[in-house]
Amino acid sequence: MAVRGWAVNPSVSLLVAILLPLFAAPLIALLGRRPNLREAVTLTTGGLLFLNALALVGPLLDGQRPALVLAEILPGLSLVFELEPLGLLFALLASGLWIITSLYAIGYMRGHHERNQTRFYVFFALAISAVQGVALAGNLLTLFIFYELLTFTTYPLVTHHRTPEAQRRGRIYLGMLLGTSFFFLLLAIVLTWQLTGTLDFRSGGILTGKADGLLLGVLLALYAFGIGKAALMPFHRWLPAAMVAPTPVSALLHAVAVVKAGVFAILKVVVYVFGLDLLNETDINTWLIYVAGGTMIIASLVALTQDNLKARLAYSTIGQLSYIVMGAALANGWGVLGGGLHIVAHALAKITLFFCAGAIMVTLHKTEVSQMRGIGRQMPLTMGAFFIASVSIIGLPPTGGAWSKWFLILGGLETGHYVAVGILVLSSLLSIGYLIPIVINAFFFPAQDNGGLKEAPTLSVIALTLTALGCLVLFLYPGPLLTLLRLMGVF
Amino acid sequence: MIATHLPILQVVIPLMAAPLCLLLRRPRLCWALSLAVSVIALVIALLLLGRALSEGPISYALGNWSPPWGIEYRVDVVNAFMLIIIAAIGTIVQIFAPRSISHEILPSQHTLFYTLYLLFLSGLLGVTITGDTFNVYVFLEISALSTYALIALGRDRRALTAAFRYLVLGSIGATFILIGIGLMYMMTGTLNMADMAQRLQPMLDSRTALAALAFLGVGLTLKLALFPLHIWLPDAYTYAPTVVTVLMGVVTKVWIYVFLRFAFTIWGQEFVFTEMHLQDLLVPLSLIGMLAASTAAIFQRNVKRMLAYSSVAQIGYMMLGVSFVSQTGLSGTIVHLFNHALLQAALFMALGAMLLRVGSPLLDDLRGIGRQMPWTMAAFVLGGLGLIGVPLTVGFISKWYFILAALEKGWWLVASLILLTSLLAVIYIWRVVEVAYFQQPDPNTTPVKEAPLSMQLPIWVLIMSILFFGISTKWTAGLAERAAAWLFGGGP
Amino acid sequence: MSEFPGLLNYWLVIVMMMTGFYAMISRNNLIKKVIGLSIFQGAVYLFYITAGKVFAGTAPILEEGFSNYSNPLPHVLILTAIVVGIATVAVALALIMRIKDAYGTVEEDEIQHQDKIR
Repeated sequence: MAVRGWAVNPSVSLLVAILLPLFAAPLIALLGRRPNLREAVTLTTGGLLFLNALALVGPLLDGQRPALVLAEILPGLSLVFELEPLGLLFALLASGLWIITSLYAIGYMRGHHERNQTRFYVFFALAISAVQGVALAGNLLTLFIFYELLTFTTYPLVTHHRTPEAQRRGRIYLGMLLGTSFFFLLLAIVLTWQLTGTLDFRSGGILTGKADGLLLGVLLALYAFGIGKAALMPFHRWLPAAMVAPTPVSALLHAVAVVKAGVFAILKVVVYVFGLDLLNETDINTWLIYVAGGTMIIASLVALTQDNLKARLAYSTIGQLSYIVMGAALANGWGVLGGGLHIVAHALAKITLFFCAGAIMVTLHKTEVSQMRGIGRQMPLTMGAFFIASVSIIGLPPTGGAWSKWFLILGGLETGHYVAVGILVLSSLLSIGYLIPIVINAFFFPAQDNGGLKEAPTLSVIALTLTALGCLVLFLYPGPLLTLLRLMGVF
Repeated sequence: MIATHLPILQVVIPLMAAPLCLLLRRPRLCWALSLAVSVIALVIALLLLGRALSEGPISYALGNWSPPWGIEYRVDVVNAFMLIIIAAIGTIVQIFAPRSISHEILPSQHTLFYTLYLLFLSGLLGVTITGDTFNVYVFLEISALSTYALIALGRDRRALTAAFRYLVLGSIGATFILIGIGLMYMMTGTLNMADMAQRLQPMLDSRTALAALAFLGVGLTLKLALFPLHIWLPDAYTYAPTVVTVLMGVVTKVWIYVFLRFAFTIWGQEFVFTEMHLQDLLVPLSLIGMLAASTAAIFQRNVKRMLAYSSVAQIGYMMLGVSFVSQTGLSGTIVHLFNHALLQAALFMALGAMLLRVGSPLLDDLRGIGRQMPWTMAAFVLGGLGLIGVPLTVGFISKWYFILAALEKGWWLVASLILLTSLLAVIYIWRVVEVAYFQQPDPNTTPVKEAPLSMQLPIWVLIMSILFFGISTKWTAGLAERAAAWLFGGGP
Repeated sequence: MSEFPGLLNYWLVIVMMMTGFYAMISRNNLIKKVIGLSIFQGAVYLFYITAGKVFAGTAPILEEGFSNYSNPLPHVLILTAIVVGIATVAVALALIMRIKDAYGTVEEDEIQHQDKIR
C-alpha cells in the first residue's frame, strides 16, 4: 500500500492529529479579514489531517500499536494517545468528513450571509482537534478530557447566533452534557480507577475479577448514561436543542463528530474496559439492550411527529445512535462489528440528510417538512441525495446502512435476543415512515411556488453528492472497513 | 552563611520593609519595594522547599535559643509548600496592584496600602513558618490587624462596616485560639509544637484537653471561614479593594494549614477525628457549606459577592478533604490549597480589571463585556472552567482527589454531592458568561477599552499556571501527596 | 487546699469572659461592642496569669531562702497579648470614627438601615 511508504513516525502522527487543527485555529482567527485565505487554511488542514490519519493505517495493519505519553496528569495517570483500530476509523471518518463539511460550509455560510464566520471556523477547528483526541485517546482519562473539551468547543458553535433562543438551548446543551458527564461518567471513571488501579484500554477488559455483579451493573449504567453524547434516553434532550446551530454544525458535529464520540466511547468502554466475556458471564448488559431498543422506538415515533426537518433528523439520529449502543450491549463480535460499521454508515447518511436540509434552507428558505412539496423538481440533485441517504438510514441495499443492520441482526440472533431483532426491524419500518414521505412529496407533487430549477450553492451540492455517493460505495466496498474493525480482535 | 538564616529572613525582610515603606512615602517607590520584597520572599520559599525536600525538615532556633525553650522555626514539605503559595500570590498581586488600586483606593492611601501589605505578608509567612504555638498567635494578629485596615481601604463605606464586623469576629476567633494555646501550655508546660505533641499524648483523656480542643476548633474554623462561621467573609470580600480580596483568599488557606498542623502534628488525627468525633461534625458542615454557599452564589447580582460565596464553598471542599482523614483526601486538600489560590486570584483579578473599566461589579453592568474586553473575559471564563473542575485545569485535579477519597471510604452520597456542587458552579459561572456574551451593553454607556497590559500580564500568568498545573502535576499533586504522607506520619 | 478557692480565679475568668462576649454580641452600639471585646480579652490575660501562679511561690527572682517560684513565662506571653489587644482596640476605634463620618451614627441597626436604603 502506498501509504506504507511514508516514513513518518506513527507516534508523531498521533500528536499531529491533535495539534494540526489546534494550531490551525489561531491561524484562521488571524486571517479573519481575508475569507478566501481563511477557508483555504481550513481545507488544507482538513486535507493534511486526513492524510495524517491515512498514514496511520499502514502501521496498524502491520500490527503496530504505537502510543505516545504526553504528561502525567495525576500520579500514575497520564495523558496518552494510542493507535487503535476503532479509534483510527473514527479519526479517519471525522477528518474526512471535515473536508467535505468545510466545502459545504463555505457555500452555506456565504449563501446564508452568516455573521461571525471567523469565530465559526475557529471553533470548528478546535472541535475537530477535540474529536481527534477522543478518537486516539489511549486511556479513559484522556478520553474523558477530550470528551469534555468537545462539549466546550462546540458550545460556541451551537449558540452561534447569540439569540435568546440560542442562549436557552445552549443551556440545555451544556447542562445535559456536563450534567451527565460530571455526575455519572466521572464517577464511573474514578470508581474504575479505584477498583482496578488502571484506566488503560486493554483487549479483554480491565474489570474482570475486580468487582461483583451488582457493582459492575451500576458501573455499566454510570457509563451508559454518563456518556450523554450517545443520547440514550432519558438524556437525549440536548441533541434536538443543538439544532439551533448553523446547519454545517448540525451536520458534522451533531450527526457525526459529537454524537459518534459518544457511541464510540461506549463501544470502547464495553470492549476494552469491561470486555465482552465479562459482560456475557455476568449478564449485566441485557437491560441496556432494552433501553437502547426503547430509545430507538420512541425516538422514531417522535421523529414521525416533527414538522421541522432538522428536528426530525435529530430524533432520527437519537434512534440511530441506539443501534450502535445496542451493538455494544449485545456484547458479541457481530454486535460490535455492526456497531462499528454503523458509525460510518450512519455518519455518511445523516450528514447527507443534514446537508440537504441546509441546502433547502439556504436556497428555498424552507425549514418545515410540510412546506417541501414539489421541491424535488426544483432541487433534483439535493433531493436525489436525500433519497439515497434515506435508504441508507432505513438500512436497505444498495447502501452502506444495509451492512451494519445486517450484522446487528446477526448479533441479535446469535445471542438469542430475538426482541432486539424485532426492535431493529420495527425501527427500520418507522424510519421508512418518517423519511420516505418527504421524498415522495418532493418528487411526485408539483412545486408550490412554481420556481424553476434552483439548486443550492455549487460547493454545497458537491459536498452532499460526495457523501451520498459514499453511502453507495460503502455498500459495494465494505471490505477495508471490515479489515480495520477485525483488528479489534473481538471476532 | 545566609543560607542557614533563610527561615528568619523569610519573615523579617517583609517586617523590616514595612516601616521603610512608610518612610519612603512615594507610592512608586513603595511599590518597587514591596514587589522586590515579594519576589525575595518567593525565592526564599523556593530555596526552603528545595532544602526541605533534600535534607528533611529544617529547624531554626531563633536568636540561637535552642528549642523547646526558645522559639523554633520549622520548615517541612507542608509549610514550605504553603510559603510558596503565599509568596507567589503576593508577587502576582503586586504586579497587578498599581493599576488596580489607582481606581479602588484613594491616592493618599497608596503608601498605606503597600505598608499594610508588607505587614500582612510577614504575618502570614510567620504563621506558616513558625514551630511555636504562641508565635502563631502573634503573627496571626499581625496579619489580621493589617487585613482589617486593608479592607477598610475600600472606597465603598460598607467596607468600613465589613472591616469592623470582621474585626469583632476575627478577634473572637483569635482569642479562642489564644485560650486553646493557653490550656495546652497549662497541660504540657511547653509552647514548642514538636515538644507539645509528645507531651500531650498521655494527657489526652483530661477535661483540659477537651476544652483546649474545643476552643481551638471554634477559633480556627472561624478564622478559616467554615460554614456556618463564614458570615464575615462575603461582606469583607465584596467591599475590600480587589487586590485585598485576592490577598484575603490566601488568609483562609493559611488557616486551613494551621488547622492541619494542630490536628495532625500536635493532637494526632486519631484523637481529633475519631475519638473526639470531629469527623462526624466536619463532614456535614463542609458539605452543607459547599451546597449552601454554591446555591447562594447562584443568586448573587454582584459578581464579586458571587465569587466570595464560591470561596466559601471551596473552603467546604478543602475541609471535607481534611475530614476524610485519609491520605487521598488530605492530598486533595493540600493540592487544592494551591489550585484554588490560583483560581481565585485569577477570577478576582479578571473581575478587578473589569472593575477598572466598567466601575461596577454588578452583573447588569457587565452586559456585553465579552466583546469589549475579550481577553479579560476569556481569562474569566478559563478561570471559571477551572472552578467548575473541567479537565486540563487545576480544578479537575482537586476534584479527582476528593471523589477518589469519597469512593475509597465508600461514601457514595458524599461523592455525588461533590459532583453536584461542581454542577452548581457551572450555573453561577455560566450566568456571567451569558451576560457577557449574549447580551448587548447598555447603549447609554460609553464602550470600554480592554484592560491595560500590567493587569493582563498577571492574569494570564495565572491562567497559564492553571492550565499548566492542570496538565503536569508533578510539582503540585506530587508534592501534596508527599506532604500528606508527612502529616499522616505525624512528623513534627 | 480545697478545690474551690484554688479554682476561684478560673470561675471569675469565665464570668468575665462571658460578660465581655455577651456585650459583644448583644450591644447595638459599636463602642460598646469594643468595650465588650476589651473585657473579653482582659479575661484571657487573667487566665494566663492565673495559670502561671504557683501556690506559695514568689516572683521569679533568684534570692536566698526562696525555692518556689511562679512561672514567669505566661506573664511575658500576656504582655505581648496586651499589646495586641491595645492595637486591636485602636484599629476598632479608628474604624468606628470613620464609620461615624460615613454614616453619622455608631448604632448598628441604623447603619444597616442606611445600607438597605441605598
